Amino acid sequence: MFSGHSLQQILFGRLTLEAIPYHDPILVVTFIGVAIGGLVVLGAITWLGAWGYLWREWFTSIDHKKIGIMYMILGIVMLLRGFADALLMRAQQSVAFGANEGFLPPHHYDQIFTAHGVIMIFFVAMPLVTGFMNYVVPLQIGARDVSFPFLNNFSFWMTASGAILVMMSLFVGEFARTGWLAYPPLSGPAYSPGVGVDYYLWALQIAGVGTTLSGINLVATIVKMRAPGMTMMKIPVFTWTALCTNVLIVATFPVLAATLALLTLDRYVGTNFFSNDLGGNAMMYVNLIWIWGHPEVYILILPAFGIFSEVVSTFSGKRLFGYTSMVYATVCITILSYLVWLHHFFTMGSGASVNSFFGITTMIISIPTGAKIFNWLFTMYRGRIRFELPMMWTIAFMLTFVIGGMTGVLLAVPPADFILHNSLFLVAHFHNVIIGGVVFGMFAGIAYWFPKAFGFKLDPFWGKCSFWFWVIGFYFAFMPLYVLGLMGVTRRLNRFEDPSLQIWFLLAAFGAILIALGIACFLIQIVVSIRDRERLRDTTGDPWGGRTLEWSTSSPPPNYNFAFTPVIHDHDAWYDMKRRGYERPLTGFRPIHMPHNTWAGIVLAGLAMVCGFALIWYIWWLAALSFAAIIATTIAHTFNYDRDYHIPAEEVVRAEEERTRLLGRA
Amino acid sequence: MSEHVKAAATAAEPVDFYVRDEHEHQESSTTLGFWIYLMSDCLIFAVLFATYGVLGRSYAAGPSGADLFDLTLVAVNTAMLLLSSITFGFAMLAMDRNDTRTTQIWLAVTGLFGLAFLGIELYEFSHLIHQGATPQRSAFLSAFFALVGTHGLHVAFGILWLVTLMAQVHQRGLIAANRRRLMCLSMFWHFLDVVWIGVFTFVYLMGVLP
Amino acid sequence: MRFDDEPVGVPLRRLLPLALLLLALPLLGGCNLVLLAPSGDIAMQQRNLLIASTALMMIIIVPVMALTVYFAWRYRAANREAEAEYDPEWSHSLPLEVVIWTAPLLIIIALGAMTWLSTHLLDPFRPLDRIDAQTRIPEGTRPLEVQVVALDWKWLFLYPEQGIAVVNELAAPVDRPISFKLTSSTVMNSFYIPALAGQIYAMAGMETQLHAVINKPGSFKGFSANYSGAGFSQMHFNFHGLDRDGFEAWVAKAKGGQRLDRAAFAELEKPSEAVPVRYFGSVEGGLYQAILNLCAAEGRMCMHEMMMIDAKGGAGLDSHANRDRLRYDRVRDEAGHGAPTVPASGQPARSDAPPTGTNDQDSGRGGPAPPQVQDR
Repeated sequence: MFSGHSLQQILFGRLTLEAIPYHDPILVVTFIGVAIGGLVVLGAITWLGAWGYLWREWFTSIDHKKIGIMYMILGIVMLLRGFADALLMRAQQSVAFGANEGFLPPHHYDQIFTAHGVIMIFFVAMPLVTGFMNYVVPLQIGARDVSFPFLNNFSFWMTASGAILVMMSLFVGEFARTGWLAYPPLSGPAYSPGVGVDYYLWALQIAGVGTTLSGINLVATIVKMRAPGMTMMKIPVFTWTALCTNVLIVATFPVLAATLALLTLDRYVGTNFFSNDLGGNAMMYVNLIWIWGHPEVYILILPAFGIFSEVVSTFSGKRLFGYTSMVYATVCITILSYLVWLHHFFTMGSGASVNSFFGITTMIISIPTGAKIFNWLFTMYRGRIRFELPMMWTIAFMLTFVIGGMTGVLLAVPPADFILHNSLFLVAHFHNVIIGGVVFGMFAGIAYWFPKAFGFKLDPFWGKCSFWFWVIGFYFAFMPLYVLGLMGVTRRLNRFEDPSLQIWFLLAAFGAILIALGIACFLIQIVVSIRDRERLRDTTGDPWGGRTLEWSTSSPPPNYNFAFTPVIHDHDAWYDMKRRGYERPLTGFRPIHMPHNTWAGIVLAGLAMVCGFALIWYIWWLAALSFAAIIATTIAHTFNYDRDYHIPAEEVVRAEEERTRLLGRA
Repeated sequence: MSEHVKAAATAAEPVDFYVRDEHEHQESSTTLGFWIYLMSDCLIFAVLFATYGVLGRSYAAGPSGADLFDLTLVAVNTAMLLLSSITFGFAMLAMDRNDTRTTQIWLAVTGLFGLAFLGIELYEFSHLIHQGATPQRSAFLSAFFALVGTHGLHVAFGILWLVTLMAQVHQRGLIAANRRRLMCLSMFWHFLDVVWIGVFTFVYLMGVLP
Repeated sequence: MRFDDEPVGVPLRRLLPLALLLLALPLLGGCNLVLLAPSGDIAMQQRNLLIASTALMMIIIVPVMALTVYFAWRYRAANREAEAEYDPEWSHSLPLEVVIWTAPLLIIIALGAMTWLSTHLLDPFRPLDRIDAQTRIPEGTRPLEVQVVALDWKWLFLYPEQGIAVVNELAAPVDRPISFKLTSSTVMNSFYIPALAGQIYAMAGMETQLHAVINKPGSFKGFSANYSGAGFSQMHFNFHGLDRDGFEAWVAKAKGGQRLDRAAFAELEKPSEAVPVRYFGSVEGGLYQAILNLCAAEGRMCMHEMMMIDAKGGAGLDSHANRDRLRYDRVRDEAGHGAPTVPASGQPARSDAPPTGTNDQDSGRGGPAPPQVQDR
């Protein structure tokens, strides 16, 4: 195809003008929208002269709080993209009946459902979860930063680079048409020769490096940097769940990296790991990817469980019921999550004994999960429940999640799975637990910790609008899918024959519109809250009557978090301090040792992104060059020994006096 | 007895809620962090070993390990890596004695052994490819090249790191940061050694012996 | 427990989703929930298991949901009645802990036992021992053997006993056990007829099995339940449960079709979408085994030959010729679609061609039309 264009091929690999999808009206309009939006944002930053500020205070920041906030922003931006995909799918499925092909041909529709899954898991749920852990964990354990602040910055930018690569595939080339886990042989070189799967592989590989390093970082932080007195059984529940999640990350993301690397070799070098020919074995990929994939869902849900635990105890004004059993339940889930991966493919034809083993281990997970639900329930019992937004999300979670849990256990019974596998019932189930569990948890967490991060609460009116649209929208969008599943409708279809199905798809589309309104209300809530920040201001640092250490410092916390390292006597440390008449120290401040900002993270991740892009398009010179640049930059960075500084005592005094003044006013 | 009762009982006593005079605690989490990293790397090798375990007999009607492997060569290669581990140990002993010069010499020797290992491995690979036993030939060879190649890549990066560290020790001497880095590299190096023993046993010995 | 005697107050708005679901129930009556009313004994047993498991879990789900709503209402901060009960330190109770761990445990023990038994009983590889809940299989009944091949993107069914092959249509006599053997020529698909039995994957170079029986005459939907590429959405077929005479007539109709030999298969195997029903009156001997071993095409080495050689320790150093004979997947590459994106491959972004063919069973009568082959 490129014969006679050798220079062009050397310079641009397989990248040609044809790769720009200018013939697809949907993509052109999207591109124009994104371009205008992007230009407005970039123009505004330039006009405000904010580039220097952003670079100094955010992009190069190693402050765990700022990195946490950047993760959250990334997650929310990518949520918009992932949700746009969902709307397109809902629209296609509600019109494509009989002779009507709908507006999305298979090659476009198949990219959309793949992108939706990949984005929602890797670039929405993961950044949001990691963002919370980054922001909250050091504050909850009384630390001033994470163990490896530079790695933290680097991890964030690697995740962002992966997200940018996925976004790029929208306008340059195409995304994978394989489903979100890219099963070979379909994703192999023979059946998916295009760039789509390569975008998938490199985006996930780059983001995965970030996630793994961030997991290592947070495990080390929680193990090593807890304030004095905080024994393992005095760690706040959210931090416990964060610990378990990060152990899972460290123990599973390398498996993902290796598996994707093998598929990459199949595609780039022509090896035979997962091909049909020359002895390859595609079933091995399915096993390996789920050895990562199943723990991944617990990586997402455990921190959400942690958030609900904090919220339920705070807003019931009570200690968490059964702290110890909560901790053990979390650890049980962590361990068991490794022993269940095969339940994703009972239909592959493993023997009955293998299938029942994995079915039963799956059910066993529901025991600690059930115990958790009961613990939240009995935390509410004999409490004084304040129905603020975080608590509303928690109640909605408890009612929704048990339904998802029940359908999950159903799917764990192998013979039942034979009839439900890959059906819309399954789709409804995992949205039921991911939206009802993770997403509701993220919104509860945002409403709960937003005042800590920014010093003012979120506007409750728009928050409640968002809540009701989301919750009702969820039921409208996914209950019909349960029904469709029972009607024997499978997933990933882009057209249907049977007109009697249409009403259910229309209902689901209506639900998706309600959720869209929920997202809109959430964005309005943020804007309104920023506008009305004086009215919503919290000067105490403890707007909800909190119980853990993050509420003991100011909102937003100073960049050193705590002027003095706290000493812990109880797992509800701040509650304990308040109860026993803790007096905030006003004198005796000392200089505080903190790490420096660094440019290395963003530069390295940027180079990794360029390298990924070059590899996707076979631009070998650029790939080699950017890879060499990564190595050189890394080495150069290690020659910089001047990595930290001291915040002078006067500055600490100034910040603490300001807080004293604010507290006096409150 | 629940905790809060105990807490209430002690409420009358004065309790410290913060560390009044904080001395710089320099206890670093680097060692722990590096251990966790090594374990995650170990999982990558675990996947590659498992893959080799599944595909190691899928010769695709082509050559097997018994046809291809030259045990003598691999034994020499193994000796190179084991010796490099020992010399790294000498370097660390010298570091403990604060003897910069000897440390540097042993590091250099380690690097040379590492290079020898890589050289022999590359020779072996080129020989295999020359015989038509390419990674594309069969699933067995794909798995073989992936596992052994990943290990070799680790050794290559280890050497790059070693050279960087020698430059840094030359520049600043055996300061605390450099000692920590040497400690990490030493763990990395020994880890690769352990992995290689697995490779030697499972891939080469079990591949050649019936 | 002491909260039992309280009147249950329920906030309406929390019940809204449930109320909406109840409103939706009449709609359910009007639609065909095939999973809950199947026509084959295996699917029926699977449905029974589904219902039994749901019922078992309801024992715990319903009280949890009720308690959630009740506690949320009862212990709301605005409720003066419950103020006296407020106990901010109450966080532990051994009896309660025992209950909240053992109650789910007991249910899971029951469910686990059910799972173990049913998974073995309903293992798709296990030959049937009954035709339905009342009838055991009569002595000497031979199951109807059907060999299923998933192609891009249509189904090929071979009937070794009858010597026929059919594309995108399946038929079986009522109450005769069917033994499916399944494979795929390229990527993974999942063979699923909801009314008949649960699904099973069809994978290239491998054979899975499914045993089932259809108890009611009728026409049922079958399809691939695992995404397999561009033509996936139209990779469906009709499954006919027929009486003995009907089945014979159907076989006789198929007998009128062309012969399915390796050349015809090579043509059929090319990727195509929305393929109409097509009958083959006779089948070249050993074709299914060749497809299963990925050696239906000229000059390929069969998987089982390869595996036999491998089991003996490979073919030594002088075996380069074998490599090309084992490159099954690369066949597609030669068709010339190595372009990086769909538009660059020369295929229009949107197909202007009218949808080809339907699964109307009559369309194949009397000299079937060749399936339209689209370039992938």
